[in-house]
Amino acid sequence: MNGVYDMGGMHGMGPIAPEPNEPVFHARWEARTLALNLAAGACGKWSIDAGRHSRERIPPAEYLRMSYYEKWLTGLVMLLEETGLVSRAELESGHPAPGAAVAIPSLTVDQVAPTLPRGRSFERPLNRPPRFAVGQQVRARKINPTGHTRLPRYARGSVGVVDRLHGGHVFPDSNAHFQGENPQHLYSVRFSARELWGEAAAARDAVYLDLWESYLEPA
Amino acid sequence: MDHDHQELPSDPALRVMALESLLVEKGLVDPAALDALIDTYEHKVGPRNGARVVARAWVDPEYKKRLLTNATAAIAELGYSGRSGDHMVVVENTRERHNLVVCTLCSCYPWAVLGLPPVWYKSAPYRSRAVIDPRSVLREFGLEIGEDVEIRIWDSTSEVRYLVLPERPAGTEHLTEEQLAELVTRDAMIGTGKVTLGGTPT
Repeated sequence: MNGVYDMGGMHGMGPIAPEPNEPVFHARWEARTLALNLAAGACGKWSIDAGRHSRERIPPAEYLRMSYYEKWLTGLVMLLEETGLVSRAELESGHPAPGAAVAIPSLTVDQVAPTLPRGRSFERPLNRPPRFAVGQQVRARKINPTGHTRLPRYARGSVGVVDRLHGGHVFPDSNAHFQGENPQHLYSVRFSARELWGEAAAARDAVYLDLWESYLEPA
Repeated sequence: MDHDHQELPSDPALRVMALESLLVEKGLVDPAALDALIDTYEHKVGPRNGARVVARAWVDPEYKKRLLTNATAAIAELGYSGRSGDHMVVVENTRERHNLVVCTLCSCYPWAVLGLPPVWYKSAPYRSRAVIDPRSVLREFGLEIGEDVEIRIWDSTSEVRYLVLPERPAGTEHLTEEQLAELVTRDAMIGTGKVTLGGTPT
């Protein structure tokens, strides 16, 4: 979707303002929000892509107003309700529905240390060869899907060169909508800054994006 | 979606407390697991991990070669792996080339080697400007990069995560690997900093 979260190249957002000696969390609720997202995510009801898409669906003005962890909290509540883990009545009352079964947590304290370093691979074997080769010119297709996509607007329609093949990766555009992983070949594509931004950009600079095969066409 | 009517309190601190107690009551989350997750990212997984990777690459050319060709495996050699580090690529800064990592669409960041991202990395100013005007962004971090230097910006649009291998500063030939790791800052591994002899780790 052409949402405000897709902000590469926008103007007017102000200075960066890095904070010296920034703490990992600025308040305990931020830490709890992060941990709740990870622990509830371990229930396996949604993918990382669906998680991202929940935050993308926050209305634009709210998205810009909210702090990072407010977005994570809002997205988590959306997913809990949409996947049926929690009902609206429960969110409103703050308590489980009378007679509701009590689940067993998917992530228990003794599982945290062994599971975190294992991570999760998003690479999937593919039995078809990649359509594009390193060094080949490709164009990022002009698409405007109303759902989740990882092709930023600023690159659409631009021509780049395949720099590296990452192998088959889960396709976010379908996975975010619970429509399957549909893995595709993933490419690192180099776009010259002038191709993306025009002649005012520095001649040698380039932006690299990881793009799935269906985002690309020969150029 | 209608978020207008009362569900959870509007103050995020109260909302998250109410949500946690609901999820615990429903048996969906284990509060001790939450504590352990927070402890992990506050005390165990952070930019010191990445700094050790960088220092090893500076002192061991064979390791550096492995790091630049198969970063995920080379980083795992030092014991770092897992969430948001499953598919790593390391890009090397040189005199002619400066790398800068961003996620314009959200906040993708190599947690396994850098921990959780700082607020500025997740903010609209950085996400919007890094790809279109990297030099003005770097200037705000005190870095002046000439037009003769190629800037490569890595927009983290997939589950691949990028780590910058900064240049080793001159005058550090006598330092041990551990001392070198002390010099490496978080920002240098994102590309918004350089490693200097007087550098204080962020």
